[in-house]
Amino acid sequence: MQSSSASAIAVAQLAKSYNGAVAVAGIDFTCAQGEVLGLLGGNGAGKTTTIAMIMGLVTPSAGSVHVLGVDMARERHKVLGRINFESPYVDMPHRLTVRQNLTVFAGLYGVVDVKARIAELASDLDLADVLDRPSGKLSAGQKTRVALAKALVNEPELLLLDEPTASLDPDTADWIRTHLEEYRKRRNAAILLASHNMAEVERLCDRVIIMKKGRIADQGVPADLVARYGRANLEEVFLDVARGTELLA
Amino acid sequence: MSIAAEFSGGFSTARVFALVKRYIYLLRASWPRLLELVYWPAVQMVTWGFLQAYVMQTSNAVVFGAGIFIGGMLLWDLLFRSQLGFSMSFLEEMWARNMGNLLMSPLRPLEFVAALMVMSLVRLALGLGPVALLAIPFFGFNVFAIGLPLAVFIANLVLFGWAVALVVSGLILRNGIGAEGLAWTIMFIVLPLGCVYYPVAMLPAWLQPISWALPPTAVFEGLRAILSTGAIRPDLMLWAFALNIVYVSVSIVIFLYLLERSRVAGSLVQMGE
Repeated sequence: MQSSSASAIAVAQLAKSYNGAVAVAGIDFTCAQGEVLGLLGGNGAGKTTTIAMIMGLVTPSAGSVHVLGVDMARERHKVLGRINFESPYVDMPHRLTVRQNLTVFAGLYGVVDVKARIAELASDLDLADVLDRPSGKLSAGQKTRVALAKALVNEPELLLLDEPTASLDPDTADWIRTHLEEYRKRRNAAILLASHNMAEVERLCDRVIIMKKGRIADQGVPADLVARYGRANLEEVFLDVARGTELLA
Repeated sequence: MSIAAEFSGGFSTARVFALVKRYIYLLRASWPRLLELVYWPAVQMVTWGFLQAYVMQTSNAVVFGAGIFIGGMLLWDLLFRSQLGFSMSFLEEMWARNMGNLLMSPLRPLEFVAALMVMSLVRLALGLGPVALLAIPFFGFNVFAIGLPLAVFIANLVLFGWAVALVVSGLILRNGIGAEGLAWTIMFIVLPLGCVYYPVAMLPAWLQPISWALPPTAVFEGLRAILSTGAIRPDLMLWAFALNIVYVSVSIVIFLYLLERSRVAGSLVQMGE
């Protein structure tokens, strides 16, 4: 395992239980700077809880999370300005326009030239036409691009994405993936991506972790996993793991 | 489908009770909702009972003519709205599902609290300023004629409103949006116990110490003293201020504690009912 200071994310023996029910059962992993790490697993596997613990929204029952070398349990505030996230579990105020929402978040993240940053995001994410429309009046694709704009407003070194292309049409989803690839290259950002879309994971991720019942069932480079399981693609590997037919170590 | 068609095809009591069961489950799972059912009728009964007793005992028309009721009403509304203004801005974030975005941002909890306090003042100025001005032509009651003591009254009431709002916000964070009703109703306990419309002496002896432990009681006693005799009671204002320091400090600790408990319980990522 890489040292916590060299990693964008370093998780050690991370566990979470709710009234005795185990959501995450002591997992270890790291994500290096510039790496895209996929977090896979069926519903209830513990992905969202893991991401929420990394973000500091959920306090772990045990273990530790270091983000960009900072202990999230003790000094979360030191690093929150350098990371960002997108998740279907949060939204932005619907009555505010896109520009107003981005202005608020730019202020919260300490962006120096707010107008220039919003103009840049509007250009990058094709939002110029909707900047002055209420966020609640946008289509699903537009909302996703606005959520991504919010997630990129501070040019984060670490981006946490929970189902970033869920419910999007293939064209818009592809457009988002392309933008994420470009952002990662340009900023050398680390990305933790939770997704059920295996084609998306194979395309974007350098490495994947497959979770099952709160534990890491398997992990590796997507192409290596596909070869190791003797399958045609990552989706078939995922099904093998989910149905309990994974390889014996 | 036509309206007539809605009356045809039978009526299933089983479906009605299936839905009733849904609401019963919700009530059973949410103590704030249950409390709300009992709370409002009890507050109404106690408030108007003591007010009736006061009116029956006091035959002094000067006391009532001095604007005791309308002055009490204006300051009561100020107290209620200082809490509500804070709580509403907080609830806006819950309704918008924006709390995760805020708590994940560099915004510190105390900065969040400070922003809610500022919004409480803005809402107060927008909401109550015009109403206080309207009371002059309508009822000949100029609350601004109270002068400097009015500023002290306002400061004490606003501080207490914020203290209550902080605890309510913490409870909503911890218990979810099901506790939202507290934001609308909790302050009404001050209506009877804070002696908004009648003196503390109207309360039973056993209840008076509890009443004096609430800062608004001192404010409303001070208001009645000024309006009926012109006497300014700095002792009451100092007492209210001292209590408010304790209440605000404790409420901030409670808010931060409940926020931390929300992180432990995972309720920040499950912000529903």
